Amino acid sequence: MIRIQAEDFDTSAEIARLTSGRGDVGAVVTFSGLCRDEAGTLAALEIEHYPGMAEAEIGRIAVQACERWPLTGLTAVHRFGRILPGQNIVLVVAASAHRQAAFEAAHFLMDYLKSRAPFWKKEHRIDGSTGEWVEAKESDEEAAARWR
Amino acid sequence: MTRLIYFAWIRERIGKLEEEVELPSDVTTVSDLLQWLRGRGEGYEAALQQPKIIRVAINQEHVEHREPIAGAREIALFPPMTGG
Repeated sequence: MIRIQAEDFDTSAEIARLTSGRGDVGAVVTFSGLCRDEAGTLAALEIEHYPGMAEAEIGRIAVQACERWPLTGLTAVHRFGRILPGQNIVLVVAASAHRQAAFEAAHFLMDYLKSRAPFWKKEHRIDGSTGEWVEAKESDEEAAARWR
Repeated sequence: MTRLIYFAWIRERIGKLEEEVELPSDVTTVSDLLQWLRGRGEGYEAALQQPKIIRVAINQEHVEHREPIAGAREIALFPPMTGG
């Protein structure tokens, strides 16, 4: 299940959604991405996204993950709008019978999401200035390429 | 008519969220489109002066610059993504 939303998410509720009422899940891996304060200089991040394509692209990545690993469930939630240091940005929950598939699928989904899902972060500085658009990192591209 | 959509600093430099354009018949690939747009004004030139780094999606799917744009209803231009 893929959700793109402005509001916060509840990690334990998302885990429960993949496990409650079933006995075949042996492993749940969650990844939470949070907004950093960049050593006290960042007031907030403004996250812009491409509505429609953001859901579609994460959906395409999730389909690949489900084809590659034997998952019992997979959830991705990505927020947009103004996000303060310490607040949640992204959540991935991967469930499987065994841990290896859950760990790898969550890792894969995050690595691909970083370089292929249409989101952009802009920094707002604590001194009141609007900072720069966050630059994409070469290392994120390389992280995604490892899974090919 | 083709709908062009811009995001992040490309949107800011061009000064538009989106626009409908009639593409000349010799604009057939994504590369052609980027070159053609650069000639439309200072903002476009500022946004697209390094065409290699511009990412493009046609009908909400990533495409390479060499790909054709025939049949595109919606073409989005954006910088490398920084979600997650």
